[in-house]
Amino acid sequence: MIEIQALTKYYGDRKVLGPLSFSIAKGEIVGLLGLNGAGKTTTLRILSCDLLPSSGSVRVDGLDVVDHPHEVRSRVGYLPDHPPLYEEMTVQEYLVFAARIRGLGLEDAKKRVEEVIVATQIRSVQDDVIGTLSHGFRQRVGIAQAIVHRPRLLVLDEPIGGLDPVQIVEMRELVRNLRHDHTTIISSHILSEISETCDRILVIRDGEIVASGTEAELSTRLLAGGRVAITVRGDAVQAKRVLSTIKGVRNVEVLEPAEPGDAVATFRIDADRDVREDASRTLVLANVGILGMSRSERELESIFLRLAKPDEANGAQGVA
Amino acid sequence: MRNALLIAGRELRSYLRSPLGPIVAAAMLLADGLLFQVGAMAGTRLSAQVLADFFYWISGITMIGAIALSMRLIAHEREKGTLVLINTAPIRDSQIIVGKFLALFTFLFGVTVLTAYMPLLIFVNGRVSIGHILVGYLGILLLAAASTAIGLFASAFAKTQVISAVLGTALIGVLLLLWMAAKVADPPVNTFLLATALHHERQKSFMIGVLRLENVVFYLAVTYFFLLAAIKTLEARRWR
Repeated sequence: MIEIQALTKYYGDRKVLGPLSFSIAKGEIVGLLGLNGAGKTTTLRILSCDLLPSSGSVRVDGLDVVDHPHEVRSRVGYLPDHPPLYEEMTVQEYLVFAARIRGLGLEDAKKRVEEVIVATQIRSVQDDVIGTLSHGFRQRVGIAQAIVHRPRLLVLDEPIGGLDPVQIVEMRELVRNLRHDHTTIISSHILSEISETCDRILVIRDGEIVASGTEAELSTRLLAGGRVAITVRGDAVQAKRVLSTIKGVRNVEVLEPAEPGDAVATFRIDADRDVREDASRTLVLANVGILGMSRSERELESIFLRLAKPDEANGAQGVA
Repeated sequence: MRNALLIAGRELRSYLRSPLGPIVAAAMLLADGLLFQVGAMAGTRLSAQVLADFFYWISGITMIGAIALSMRLIAHEREKGTLVLINTAPIRDSQIIVGKFLALFTFLFGVTVLTAYMPLLIFVNGRVSIGHILVGYLGILLLAAASTAIGLFASAFAKTQVISAVLGTALIGVLLLLWMAAKVADPPVNTFLLATALHHERQKSFMIGVLRLENVVFYLAVTYFFLLAAIKTLEARRWR
């Protein structure tokens, strides 16, 4: 769906991107992860033909963005970090306008707007003036304008920026529901968002892709396994002892119990490989009940820091 | 053309819905009325002279209105982040510029039409030819088109509305004052400067009801030149 080869972008004499190469298959949800200024937004703006590349090749659905910008634009739906909303229009008027400038006829546009109003759950505000909407609804309207012309590629730049926790969950659900119809690329510096929503992560640093893969792949490659948090019920001393005997485990640390209850304990295991299967087997054989097991929240953070800002990562590793 | 009309329609509605459009229209009409009363109607004068003065005054107000409203056409959208919506739609840059131009020109056309009662008042105590009125208004509309195109170029070029307003005012100011530079220049430079001055000699013939094809072509050429410059500026910004 997307083929990028040796893409570079200069603002004047300053190189802000590249050389950048990656590809995204049809139907994938890919997260573009990087710190502010890493080049995420520039990449997405080039993909949506808002900017043109300085050099290199960018193909969307087989079409070059320089040679066929109009054809590419009709295949791409773009939500920038600030949704491009006309404050004085009502939601419905705005979406009809967005659909029509993407080539839909009036009747088709109205019909399609009804569909996206349902898909993005903005029925309750469809007749409201956009200037009066809350931030959450503005983001939803932003998504609605991006999908209103049935694009094959959906480009979302920081779609959950500024949302509260409830809105984040709703937005995540909305993006997941869109995966059936669109190939999606999402930029974010929110680690959990990328992890939970995307099939694959591209980590960008100083305008270049420094890593690509699923969270598990990156974890295996960069952290050689990583951390696992396990909550058990039973003899905590015995549990810690048997966990320490698992091959590859470097350290078992007792944490504050993750949930209330008698004889409940939580451990954090540091290992040089993924030990979740061995840990569950060992605990069951030792007659210790497993209440929960997950990769540590800090694992993805460690990956991110290592890749996005190596100096910071070294410091963080030292603390950990 | 469909896309240009879509953009023009949205832009025009935004003028009418926001306070800006009605306020600017009211201010222009108020200024036109006051200048007509105080300037054109002062003393005992020939009807044709009153009409010529009326066109002189409203030509200035029209240029000011064009600059005041054109600064928001592109620069405002850039500041608000809405330009990306039309920039990423399958629309040519020329359609964006033509749509924006049509919106503001239509607005100025509407305001200009609303001044029509003033020349008609001349018929109460005097006589002027309908042809004089029509030619005068044609001059105003051609000047409005040229001023809108200049303002639109400034708006496409500038990052902010303020810079756009300053640039647009400066461009129109220079083009207005070229006739003064022509006075101190030697031939053939002075002839060129006089010929390119936006208002002085060019508007004078329209004001007195004389339609000269060269003047019509001049305003159309200025309009075309600055619209083309605006299109190229918008295209260049994608490469930056």
